[in-house]
Amino acid sequence: MRAKIPLAIGCLLLAVMLAFAAVPGWFTPYDPLEFDFGALMAPPSAAHVFGTDQFGRDILSRTIAAARVDLQIAVFAMLGPLLIGGLIGLMVGWFGGVADAVFGRLADLVVTFPFLVLVIAVVAVLGPGLINMYIAVACVGWVVYARLMRGEVRVQSAADYVAAGRVLGYSTTRILFGHVLPNAIRPVLVYAVTDMALAILLGSSLGYLGLGAQPPEAEWGVLIADGKNFFTTAPWISLAPGIAIVMAGLGFSLVGDGLAALLDVKR
Amino acid sequence: MSVLLDVSGLERRFAGARGMGDMIARRPRPVVHALSGVSLQVQDGETLGIVGESGCGKSTLARCMVRLIEPDAGRIVFDGQDVLALDGPARRGFNRAVQMVFQDPYASLNPRKTVHATLAEALRVHRIVPEAGIAARVLELLDLVQLPASAAGRHPHEFSGGQRQRIGIARALSVQPRLIIADEPVSALDVSVQAQIVNLFMDLQRRLGLTLVFITHDLRLVRHMAHRVAVMYLGRVVETGPVAEIFAAPRHPYTQALLRAVPQMTPRELRGEPAVSGELPSPLAPPPGCAFHPRCPVAEARCARELPALERRGGGWPVACLRAGG
Repeated sequence: MRAKIPLAIGCLLLAVMLAFAAVPGWFTPYDPLEFDFGALMAPPSAAHVFGTDQFGRDILSRTIAAARVDLQIAVFAMLGPLLIGGLIGLMVGWFGGVADAVFGRLADLVVTFPFLVLVIAVVAVLGPGLINMYIAVACVGWVVYARLMRGEVRVQSAADYVAAGRVLGYSTTRILFGHVLPNAIRPVLVYAVTDMALAILLGSSLGYLGLGAQPPEAEWGVLIADGKNFFTTAPWISLAPGIAIVMAGLGFSLVGDGLAALLDVKR
Repeated sequence: MSVLLDVSGLERRFAGARGMGDMIARRPRPVVHALSGVSLQVQDGETLGIVGESGCGKSTLARCMVRLIEPDAGRIVFDGQDVLALDGPARRGFNRAVQMVFQDPYASLNPRKTVHATLAEALRVHRIVPEAGIAARVLELLDLVQLPASAAGRHPHEFSGGQRQRIGIARALSVQPRLIIADEPVSALDVSVQAQIVNLFMDLQRRLGLTLVFITHDLRLVRHMAHRVAVMYLGRVVETGPVAEIFAAPRHPYTQALLRAVPQMTPRELRGEPAVSGELPSPLAPPPGCAFHPRCPVAEARCARELPALERRGGGWPVACLRAGG
């Protein structure tokens, strides 16, 4: 029961983020794009809880409006690596042999480079933008999923219930997708939820560097980058998006850990 | 009685692990001789017990007989068909006819599937009953292995080891096999539960007219339930014949040693002498000649050179010992 409290907190945080992303208009006190020249870089006050930026735009409204882009990043930057890596891991874990050896060396090669540096390199080649960022993350991030999946598949395929399926004359497809995959996928799914926290941080990092979401799109990393020029005079500009990143990251992490405990299959 | 399963000259070697040091020294990869020419017959409708110490190749033999492991050499003939040549639908037909019960009742059931799902899948894949009859057939199978109907909706982790083994037996029975190969099906269970599962096997064998190959290291089980026995030592069958006769007058020194090692209930039958000296030699380097000669109390010089064939040697059943019979 105690283990479910963090899961509940995580779900609550994500629910708030989802609500922001679904209907930002219900929560934003001001139009996030409206300039207010009467309140340029206003510090936090009753009217503007998190202050305003250099154009007088309400920081809280802009942060809430950005949730949609950031959650989209969390989902798509996780989904690509999950699908590609998961499928590769399933195949090399089951068939082994030469493909497995080639995969092992390739995976070693990819993890040699720091994750962010490699993503930035790929984005630099493809050009900045969200779509290219997803492609870059998929190119680099699949390795972790593939390794995780491969290890689980190897453990599961050695179990006697797989042998029983073969003795019963089941097809390889049936054994692989009906028996091995459902038993091997749990740690991969748990990791995927936790990975969404990292994806938001990555999206924000790239946004901050100008390689991810592009300025008219409000994104938390971009918002923080907006504030960096005024950090000594108006530090509040970066505060609300910073809090939002922490909250979303915490939410995904707590839900990931909670799911790990919840999905633990009894043997 | 006719021969249902005929295994002859079955060989299987496994490549052992080779360390970096071995590779640098260019030592060849070590080879484990799991089966070195196993021959045995299973008669239609009988229970054949296969006994031997750990590491003698019993499990490899069982897995070869259902084609989980492909042998390197030898022949397996089931009901007139060359098993190792079967492919496609013929192989699925063989899968239907020959089923296996595994040693570990925890690893042999898919933990994510309910009992109903596990049994229904086998029924569906082999189209044993029409879709509408599956639920009823699952309940029949559960009844056959003496599990309550309420078991159908539950997952493996909700059952004890003995109950799980019953589920494993129900799964094997679901495709209406003629032959069941049981690889140490009770050695992972408590002794009190062992008896129930053994009795279930005997009951099913009689009621369904099954042929049973029962692999175990426990001679008491063989005496209790098998009609014939094959004794294995280091990848070979050293003696095979009717249980009653072999238990009364074993001819191979290894069988004699094994029988002496069976715990006795009465002090009069206790003997001080050790059953058999030494340990099973490594299958990485089996001794030349008769593999049992380093531990054999009656070994002669020629036992270290000549490999005894499994022959009648003047007695009622085949034995692989140069000193037997004459």
